[in-house]
Amino acid sequence: MIPSQFDYLRAGSVEQALGLLTEHGDEAKLLAGGHSLLPLMKLRLAQPAVLVDIRRLPELTALTESGGVLRIGAGVRYRDLEHSDLVRRTAPLLATAAATIGDPQVRARGTVGGSLAHADPAADLPAVMLALDATVVVRGPGGTREIAIKDFFVDLWQTALEPDEIVTEVRVPSTEGRPHAYVKFRQRSQDWAIVGVGVVGGADPRVALVNMAMTPVRATGVEVALADGASAAEAAAQAAEGTSPVSDLNADADYRRHLSRALEAAR
Amino acid sequence: MKHDIGLTVNGVATSATVDSRTLLVHLLREQLGLTGTHVGCDSSNCGACTVLLDGEAVKSCTVLAAAADGASLVTVEGLGSEGDLSPVQEGFRQCHGLQCGYCTPGMLIAATSLLLDNPDPAEEEIRSGLEGNLCRCTGYQMIVESVRWAAEHGGAGAVAAAERDGARA
Repeated sequence: MIPSQFDYLRAGSVEQALGLLTEHGDEAKLLAGGHSLLPLMKLRLAQPAVLVDIRRLPELTALTESGGVLRIGAGVRYRDLEHSDLVRRTAPLLATAAATIGDPQVRARGTVGGSLAHADPAADLPAVMLALDATVVVRGPGGTREIAIKDFFVDLWQTALEPDEIVTEVRVPSTEGRPHAYVKFRQRSQDWAIVGVGVVGGADPRVALVNMAMTPVRATGVEVALADGASAAEAAAQAAEGTSPVSDLNADADYRRHLSRALEAAR
Repeated sequence: MKHDIGLTVNGVATSATVDSRTLLVHLLREQLGLTGTHVGCDSSNCGACTVLLDGEAVKSCTVLAAAADGASLVTVEGLGSEGDLSPVQEGFRQCHGLQCGYCTPGMLIAATSLLLDNPDPAEEEIRSGLEGNLCRCTGYQMIVESVRWAAEHGGAGAVAAAERDGARA
């Protein structure tokens, strides 16, 4: 399968990419790793007339920590997260989860910014970033703004990102030394999660769920129960509270609710 | 839109003119005649099209050729040569790591990349390291044994090690 005709343009800077987005409007899509976009284009589910390649922009590949905040360039790949000592130390949940995405070849292409902007509720990183209480930094023609991750995901494949904006960075408060877990259920090793659970433990525990609604969601029932002193098992029973999982070929909604409780208990 | 690109393929400086929508696997197979890289599922699941791009395994059915401008590629043709097989190729020969052979080019490249990441993988690490490659003959046990053989007999091999080092430099 070969995508429909389009024009491939490589941006030399974020500034230039923003200019190209403004110039081509709705016809343009950003390309980074391409592992969500190119399959959609092969299937004609997306047919942008212009692709603006931002994959190799050095401005987007920084991975640093300062003042207790991990700063991850949007172009940082899953593979980079998986193999980074800095990420393993300051955001171990992120390193753990990144190592479970797709397969090694996919992890060598897929990017943090791409995963968040694509906003698939079955994807791993959106929920993990929710559990980590991250902040998404975006740049548009009017300048830079920050979006709290809880406000970033709007609906299925929809974010608070404007069409002429680019995700440039994700800021993750350090969770160094805090317990963490990432568990997902899938039928084959490279499959998307049917349901997944990401947890940052300790004081103020945060729990986020993969594929339990149209967006990644926090398991507030679990968080409240833990804060009230419930045991992990008692808290896990609340995992499906407030969620709205879909039924599909892989699992119906009741089964997904069951899985969310079982995975939360198993982590 | 046409693009004139330059890249290194199996150590040889190569130039080509590609459409925006040309996929890397089609550049390799149809324009450069390197048909060792296979197209299996064409949807980034099966791994038959796996090549080393700047020393790392990627699925060439889901990379635009134009986006590989400037890259260094190694395909199965570049891993070793007849009489001078890479340790991974030799391992597949010694341990009968193939049946029909369709997945083999991708398996060889993915295993090579795995050994660059982890020179001494345990069986479970080999299995998870090759999770992006499907064998339609289901000959996984022998494939795992082949990769283990390679780990004990020289690892990823000189060509691949040089590619990874070159990409870091």
